[in-house]
Amino acid sequence: MTLPKPVVLLAAIAPVAVFIVLAIALAFGLSNDPAALPSVLVGKPAPTFALGPVRENDTGFSTADITGKVAVINIFGSWCSACRLEHPTLMDLAARGVKIHGIDWKDDPADGAAWLARFGDPYARVGDDQTGRLALDLGVSGAPETFIIDKTGRIRYKLVGPITPERWRDEMAPLIAQLEAGQ
Amino acid sequence: MTSPLRHAVGAALALAMLMTPVVSLAVEPNEMLQDPTLEARAETLSKELRCVVCQNQSIDASSAPLARDMRLLVRERIAAGDTDVQAKAYLVERYGNFVLLKPPFQADTLLLWFGPLLILVVAGVALLMAARTGAPDDTDDLAPDMEDL
Repeated sequence: MTLPKPVVLLAAIAPVAVFIVLAIALAFGLSNDPAALPSVLVGKPAPTFALGPVRENDTGFSTADITGKVAVINIFGSWCSACRLEHPTLMDLAARGVKIHGIDWKDDPADGAAWLARFGDPYARVGDDQTGRLALDLGVSGAPETFIIDKTGRIRYKLVGPITPERWRDEMAPLIAQLEAGQ
Repeated sequence: MTSPLRHAVGAALALAMLMTPVVSLAVEPNEMLQDPTLEARAETLSKELRCVVCQNQSIDASSAPLARDMRLLVRERIAAGDTDVQAKAYLVERYGNFVLLKPPFQADTLLLWFGPLLILVVAGVALLMAARTGAPDDTDDLAPDMEDL
C-alpha cells in the first residue's frame, strides 16, 4: 500500500468516528420514549366544559367549579388498568386534603360510579366524558393523564401516565404551591 | 401429514398471509357524513392525521377508540364549515404537529427535510476528495494485483 498518509489516516478514523456518532445518537434514541408526546397545550387556556355527573345525586363538573382556583384534573376510566395502579396515590393525596377533580373518560358513568364506590373516591368533583369530546380538546391520548390549571385558567402542567408519590412530591406539589402563591 | 409437508404448508400459509393486502376500513357507516363531498374531504383528512395511540396508523385506518373520536371530530369540524386547513389546525393546536403524518415544512423541521440531501452532499464531497488524492497511487497499486489474478 502506497496511499498518501492523510488518506490512510482518514480511512482509518472515519469508520470509528461514524460509529461513535451513531452510537451516541442511538443511545439517546433508546432513552427517548416514543409514546411521550410533548404537550402543546401547556401555557394555553384550558377549554371550557360542563360535564354531567358520574356519581349518584351529584352535580357533575364544570369550568365554574375551578374558575379562579388552582385545579388538579385527573383523567380516568373504570376500564383503565393504569388508573387502578395510580388510584392508591390519589386516595393518599385526598386523605391529606389535596383537591383532585376527576374526568371519567370514555366510560359508562354507571361503571365509573361503581369503580369509585368499589375502590374509593378520591375526587372533589367528577364529570362524565363518555363521548371523549372534552378529552380531545385537552389533547388526551390515554388514561390516566393529569393536568394542573392555574388561577387564570391556563394549563400549566400535563402528565401522561400515573402520578407516582415521587412525581407528586418533586414536580406537582411544588408547582401547585407556586401557583397558589399567586405566580 | 408428514413433517416436511407440514412445514411447506405452514410456510405457504404464512407467505399468503404476509402477501394479503391489509385493507383496513375502520370507518363505520354511522360515522359518515350525509353529504358525499364533505365525507370525501373528511376521509382525505383522516388519512393525513395520526392516531396518537397507535402512532404509525392514520385515524382513517385505525380502529382504536381514540381514532374514532378523532374521526368524528374531523367530521364535526367539517360539518361546522371548517376548511381542511382549519380542521387540521384544530387538532394540531391540541396534539401538536405529531398528529400530522406528514411533518410540516418549517424552521425546526428543515433538518428533517434536508438532512438526507446534506448527508449526500457531504458524502459526495468526501468521496471526490478521496478519489482525487488516492487516484494516482491506486492505479500503481492495483496494476500488480490485477496481474496476479
